[in-house]
Order: sequence, then structure tokens, then C-alpha cells
Amino acid sequence: MKNINVYGSGCKNCTTTAELIEKTALQLQVEINISKVSDLQAIMEAGIVSTPAVSVDGKLVHSGSVPDQQKVKEFLS
Amino acid sequence: MLDWFTYFADWLTYSLFNLTAGSRLAGAVHFFIEDTSKILVLLLVLIYLIAVLRASLNPEKVRYYLQGKNRFLGYILGSVFGSVTPFCSCSSIPLFMGFISARIPLGVTIAFLLTSPLINEVVVVMLGSLLGLKFTLIYIAIGLSLGISAGFLIDTIKGERWLAPFLAAQYKRDDAIPEIEHVHKSMTLVERHQFAKKEMLTIFTRIWKWVVVGVAIGAAIHGAIPDAWFSEYLGAGQWWSVPVATLLAIPMYVNATAIVPIIESLLLKGVPLGTTLAFCMSAVAVSLPEFMMLKQVMKTQLLILIAGYLLVALSLLGWLFNAVNF
Repeated sequence: MKNINVYGSGCKNCTTTAELIEKTALQLQVEINISKVSDLQAIMEAGIVSTPAVSVDGKLVHSGSVPDQQKVKEFLS
Repeated sequence: MLDWFTYFADWLTYSLFNLTAGSRLAGAVHFFIEDTSKILVLLLVLIYLIAVLRASLNPEKVRYYLQGKNRFLGYILGSVFGSVTPFCSCSSIPLFMGFISARIPLGVTIAFLLTSPLINEVVVVMLGSLLGLKFTLIYIAIGLSLGISAGFLIDTIKGERWLAPFLAAQYKRDDAIPEIEHVHKSMTLVERHQFAKKEMLTIFTRIWKWVVVGVAIGAAIHGAIPDAWFSEYLGAGQWWSVPVATLLAIPMYVNATAIVPIIESLLLKGVPLGTTLAFCMSAVAVSLPEFMMLKQVMKTQLLILIAGYLLVALSLLGWLFNAVNF
């Protein structure tokens, strides 16, 4: 079980990112617990400068764009 | 080389559509075809080339470079980075907070954020192709100075008083500034190509409609409104036309991409350079949606201050450019 946070202010790119991760996890049959973080203070405390950003089990793995599927596979596996 | 687009527009307008040369309609149609075809082709090529060059630049890297710099160098760097760093406008809030929590001076952050919508590769390409090199350089110089002086002003009057409380607390903390770790990755040519290709497609699909809208408005101004109207209401004779134009443009939410063909049209109609610049830069730099977003991280006083600064600075600029004939 991986805990995944998608950080973003709720813009379209952030939703797309979350959907992509859910879809990919389903394909790879990885169990995930995904949550969207839009609280500004939480985003700041995570040290994020550009959104959408993704963390897996507390570790920041991507920021600044919608990741491509290859990258999502890498950090899910 | 750019003549090709004129020939192409000639052929479409006069041969294919069979419009009479010299009529207003033909003028507007010709203007529209020439500008859209020229801009779209140039954008595709140049966005790609620029993206290859700046592939490894991102907000994290900029923050790393800006941290702990001398204040004045910081304003200049902030502005320059603001113009070359790509980031989605929905990112401006996290970026703002990220800079503040790294205790980069508020002014430097403001310089970055203010320059960013004014100058970017798309605007530069469009200005260059429609209005020529001299105008483009003037525009860039103004954009950078607006950012630099805003940063200086805001730090001088201690603008951090008006940050949202949770950020103000973060900014004032006097424990050691957190060192930012930054891993420099070098990119291979293939990675740069992939980044550039993606960037080109994303930017292009996002902005082509802005280009069409902007050129259509430009063409409408070009074909429908008589020159006399402009010289009567927007000529250099009326001093008040500059601040009024700036003020009118504030609530407009216009992408910088759409504004360039409008600039071209206004200038062709004989609207003075200063008035045109003030109107257009104000439309691009300040937008209500952006301000609503920034409201989450700063108090109203600071927002009003920034809007007021732009109104004054752009009016001064407008008058200056109207007085000095370029």
C-alpha cells in the first residue's frame, strides 16, 4: 500500500495527474491510497515550488507538470 | 523570408476570395490571413528552439539561484528569470510560497511574478514578427524595469507587513534559513528534444486560439474603425488618454498572446506608442482572476499597492513614450 499525495490548488492539471496515477495503479495492480492536497500551508510545508506535485510515502517524486505515464509507472513500482 | 506570408495572403484574398484590393473588407481579411499564418508558423518553430535551450530551467532551480543573493542583484535576476522560466499560471501561488519560505526577499519574488506574464517566448516571437526588433527590445526593457522597480519599491516600504499571516510568520522566522538542496541534472540532447516537442505541442494547443482571437480583433480595428476616430479620442493631444487607457485595461483579462496583434493595429491606426503600450501592458500584467488567486497569500493592501504602482508606472511610461518620438 502506497500513500500518494497530489499537491495542487485544484487546477485542471492536478486533477489530470491524480486520474493518471489512479489509472496506472489499477493497470499495475498496485494498491494506493491517493489524496489531493490543496491546503496552501500544507503545500508550502511540503517544500513544493511548482504544482502539480506528487509525493509517494512522504517523498517528493515529481513537480511542475503532469507526469508522463512512464514516470508514473516508475514511482509506483 | 517573411514576404512569403504576404504573398500567401495576397493570393487568398485577391485571387481565391476575389475581393477588391483597397476595400475595407479586403484590408481586414488580408491582415487576418497574413498575421495568423505568419505567427502560427513562427511560433511552432521558435517555441521548439527556445524550449530546447531552456529545457533544464525550472522554478526549483530558479529558487536555488535566487536564495541568499544581494538584494539589488536579486531584483534584476528575479525579473530576468521571470521572463524565461516556464510555469503554469496555476503554479504562481505555490511558487510564491516556495520563494517566501526560502526567505527570498518579497520584492525579488514580486519582480519574478510581475515580469512573468509580461515577457515570455511567445510574446517576444510575436512582437518580433509583427513589430520588428526595435519595438521588441523596448518592450522587453520596459517589462524588466517594471518588475525590478516594483521589487525595489515593495521591499523599501516593507511590503511583507501585508503578507497573509501564515506566510508573514514564515518570512519573519529568524532561525537559520533552510538550505535548499538542489540536484543539478544535465540533460542529453534527446531529453531536450522530447521536452521541447512536448512543450511546443502544449503551448501551441493552448495559445493558437488566442492568436486567432487577437488577430481577429486587430483585423476588425484595422478594417472597421476609421483612423479619424483614433486621432480624435486617443491621440497624443489629450494627456488624460494615457491613465484612462491604463485604468480601462486593468479589469480586462487578456493573454499576452492576444494583445500583440491589437498593439500592431492600434499603432497602424496612429494611436501614439505610449498610449498603446500603457493600455496593452496593463491588460496583460493585471488581471482580476490572478488577483483573486493572490488574495490567498497577501492582504488586500498589498494587492492595491501593486495595482496602484502599475497604474502610476504605466502612465508615466505612456507619457514619456508619447513625448519622445521613437
